[in-house]
Amino acid sequence: MDQQHLDRLKKIIAVYLPEDVDQGAITLTSDLTSELNINSSHLVDIILDVEDAFDITLENDDMDNMKTVEDALRIIKKKRAESTE
Amino acid sequence: MEERACNNYSDILELLPYASPFHFVDEIESLSANSAKGSYTFPEDAFYYRGHFPGNPVTPGVILTECCAQIGLVTLGIYLIKKDHDSLGKDDFRLAFTQADIQFLSPAYPGQKVHVVSEKEYFRFHKLKAAVKMFDESGTIICKGVLSGMLKLKDEK
Repeated sequence: MDQQHLDRLKKIIAVYLPEDVDQGAITLTSDLTSELNINSSHLVDIILDVEDAFDITLENDDMDNMKTVEDALRIIKKKRAESTE
Repeated sequence: MEERACNNYSDILELLPYASPFHFVDEIESLSANSAKGSYTFPEDAFYYRGHFPGNPVTPGVILTECCAQIGLVTLGIYLIKKDHDSLGKDDFRLAFTQADIQFLSPAYPGQKVHVVSEKEYFRFHKLKAAVKMFDESGTIICKGVLSGMLKLKDEK
């Protein structure tokens, strides 16, 4: 399940990577802005795509806490658990 | 959604962070939570006509895009922020134009008055995305497209 989430998330992130950042650079510990060079506008695009792909709703705090790929997976997992409770 | 009637929106106009020669809003005609409408007249003696093109002045697409952004995106964004922050001042927010996808359909000439109408797609996580259209006085469409920008209070991350 976690691997599936990671694969889906990687596909979403890949769309917004700058041209000089390779898809292979996306790892669990990648920092979305400082390492993958995703700008704030594309970070919002990723958040909105994540909402659609995982059928969850994210808040401002979630975005602030979503520094790395791992953070994103943790938040997705938590939100999905909350929505099925 | 509420719409403020009988108002010239001078409070919003005063908050626009632009100055001549890069100020492309004369009048805000309407503003609501979901849309903005305003007008601008391209001055006949504007600096860009000297080079675009010599002897054949026509408003550059980049200026049309900026006019669409100032009226359709920035006035709408300031209005949306001001709804929750009544004392918003000119130095209290930051903005960045992040994306434009515009089609240019007919030319705008020196001295021409245009109207810009925008419809909000979303304003979430400080990002405002809106569909915009620019018309001339006869209703002919000059350009249309989708614009996005980031707009946040200075103390927000």
